[in-house]
Amino acid sequence: MVSTSSVSTGSVSKGSTGGGGFEYAPAPESRAIVDIRSSYGLFVDGGFVDSLGGRSFKTVNPATEEVLAEVSEASEEDVDLAVKAARRAHSRTWSRMSGRERSKYLFRIARILAERSRELAVLESIDNGKPIRESRDVDVPIAAAHFFHYAGWADKLEYAGFGTDPRPLGVAGQVIPWNFPLLMLAWKIAPALACGNTVVLKPAETTPLTALLFAEICQQADLPPGVVNILTGAGETGRALVSHPDVDKVAFTGSTEVGKSIARTVAGTDKRVTLELGGKAANIVFDDAPIDQAVEGIVNGIFFNQGHVCCAGSRLLVQESVADEVLARLKRRMATLRVGDPLDKNTDIGAINSAEQLAKIRELSDIGESEVAGGDGERWSPACDLPAHGYWFPPTVFTGVSQAHRIAREEIFGPVLSVITFRTPGEAVEKANNTPYGLSAGVWTDKGSRILSIANRLRAGVVWANTFNKFDPTSPFGGYKESGYGREGGRHGLEAYLK
Amino acid sequence: MSRIDVRKTYKLYIGGAFPRSESGRSYVVEDTKGRFLANAAAASRKDARDAVQAARKAFAGWSARTPYNRGQVLYRVAEVMEGRRAQFVEDVQRSEGLTKRQADAAVDTAIDRLVWYAGWPDKIAQVVGGTNPVAAPYFNFSVPEPTGIVAVIAPQESSLLGLVSVLAPVVVTGNTCVLAASQRRPLPAITLSEVLATSDVPGGVVDILTGSLSDTAGWLASHMDVNAIDLTGLAGTADAAERATDLEQAAAENLKRVLRPEAAEPDWTEPPGLERMTAFLETKTVWHPIGV
Repeated sequence: MVSTSSVSTGSVSKGSTGGGGFEYAPAPESRAIVDIRSSYGLFVDGGFVDSLGGRSFKTVNPATEEVLAEVSEASEEDVDLAVKAARRAHSRTWSRMSGRERSKYLFRIARILAERSRELAVLESIDNGKPIRESRDVDVPIAAAHFFHYAGWADKLEYAGFGTDPRPLGVAGQVIPWNFPLLMLAWKIAPALACGNTVVLKPAETTPLTALLFAEICQQADLPPGVVNILTGAGETGRALVSHPDVDKVAFTGSTEVGKSIARTVAGTDKRVTLELGGKAANIVFDDAPIDQAVEGIVNGIFFNQGHVCCAGSRLLVQESVADEVLARLKRRMATLRVGDPLDKNTDIGAINSAEQLAKIRELSDIGESEVAGGDGERWSPACDLPAHGYWFPPTVFTGVSQAHRIAREEIFGPVLSVITFRTPGEAVEKANNTPYGLSAGVWTDKGSRILSIANRLRAGVVWANTFNKFDPTSPFGGYKESGYGREGGRHGLEAYLK
Repeated sequence: MSRIDVRKTYKLYIGGAFPRSESGRSYVVEDTKGRFLANAAAASRKDARDAVQAARKAFAGWSARTPYNRGQVLYRVAEVMEGRRAQFVEDVQRSEGLTKRQADAAVDTAIDRLVWYAGWPDKIAQVVGGTNPVAAPYFNFSVPEPTGIVAVIAPQESSLLGLVSVLAPVVVTGNTCVLAASQRRPLPAITLSEVLATSDVPGGVVDILTGSLSDTAGWLASHMDVNAIDLTGLAGTADAAERATDLEQAAAENLKRVLRPEAAEPDWTEPPGLERMTAFLETKTVWHPIGV
């Protein structure tokens, strides 16, 4: 487990945020390590091929709006070819191979991910906009660890508690989001392959590059052709994949809206489904919490990865008696956050992933501003010089938020925190659970019995107590209610890929 | 002069009470030879909603019971069933057209199945949960928790053994349940509800609807306060595949967990396995730092 703390302790960068303090010299990571091609094909049956549809789209660096590469858009015919390749690989090679041999391929992949970790981290930050410190210390190492973990499962499946003769499902169609491109790829591909399935994976249209580099890694590992197929594209490609009649298993991470449409699409078929969807996590701070640690946890909870996190702690529930103090310290801390160049090693908050996402964050924040207007709350951001190009949004906090406000109910998926107060533990639980989502929650208190009691009553799949946004390959992750179904990680994560 | 027997009115079971359908409607239940057995209540959309409301009310209390206590309550159900064995045998025999010997076997297996499930609530968490050895100084554990309200379409053929086999795994782990009984063979379900009412099962934990599936199943599948739906009982019904598709699509609206029907009704004498319990369990994972 790598620390996911999103913030450096200390000070203020030149020209990033206000607040005074030390000045940091720029410390950019070199991008010379990555070699981005001008155009990419689809990765099907072990090689890169042109799209049959002939269409393509551009992926841009969200920090600069520079076009990085031209990427093929997979058509329905491409999806069909990839599924056929995956089916062939499944029936001729992968499902017949012993678990021991499969495991060695997965160990190879884990090792190559680690060997090429710097390259992957830089590429991820360029294509996604996340700070290099996060891609380097969180995304890439956990992705490698995920493959290492599931590699070891491949020859031990009969001990996993899913019957004495667990068998793969067949071909998995997997669709992943843009917030943790390589890490979500690892969460999807590693357990699928360990269980003997083959995959067709579609990365998000704004962040295809690390998945395409992963395709090269599969080649370096001599993974048999067709075991992993990577199709780039947007919503149309994803729909064609999840509705393809020869796909046995659909795994999706993304919005609840798309998740529901996938659930409708697969209704009446034999396809198995796992969905990891949206969230509106409550981060509950009691009056006996260690306030400085809680403030770090709040900051990590909502500003990690620009708030582009399904389990982000986007609702701060703070006990009324300490609300003023927590808020004052939170603002002080927010003023030291450094917003800017994702490749700068001192950056805390990088670029918003796309113009579209930025527009959504702006829209909901403007709605929030009018919602809290007239009450005793406000919209607040530290003074922030945002770069002239690229997509940026300052860390923002709303106070005086009521549960009925849209900023308290809808997933904003950006660096925007809504603060709600409570008086009693019962009220905190009630408010925390008052959402159709149920992915994650946080509890901050020094009282052990209270942690266990509150954790017990929160209807959420992951509860972080006196910590937040921690991930590990052995730790099952997934939601209650409309945050989806199924778990990823650890022994639990195997269930979705076995029959 | 021979005595005239006292016949029973078969009613719904909602919130621990036995109401007639609010619609005032009933339908004729016949034995397998077409002879009149009883008028059963024909549950309406409103009855289904009332049942969901009762199940929601009961959820907090039932899911907070200790697993040991839920096991005891389920065992109590088995005990009381055993005491009313003769009535169940007669119900099953008449409903399913079985011989006395076959009905005996079905009732025996149903009671034994309840006893089997009664032993599970204080063991399932150790089997499917545990600590997770994360690579950092954190204590991390996963526990199974009930999904919430589960709507169950009970099997159409096996009116008692099938019923118990789908009901017990749902409630034993702390879910509450709205169950649509076998449409043509609802009487054992009603008799079972009388057992539930006298076995320390809190009102609302199990709510039983009789009547036509087309009057209830769609409303349960689309109800936004139902968390999961078990479609097992569609197997063997007319247009089962299309109905299952429709219900699963309706269930997608709030992402209900869906247990799909098999092509034919399962053989309920087979050992059940864990799947019917785990289908309606969520996994919660809790992290806490380790330090001094």
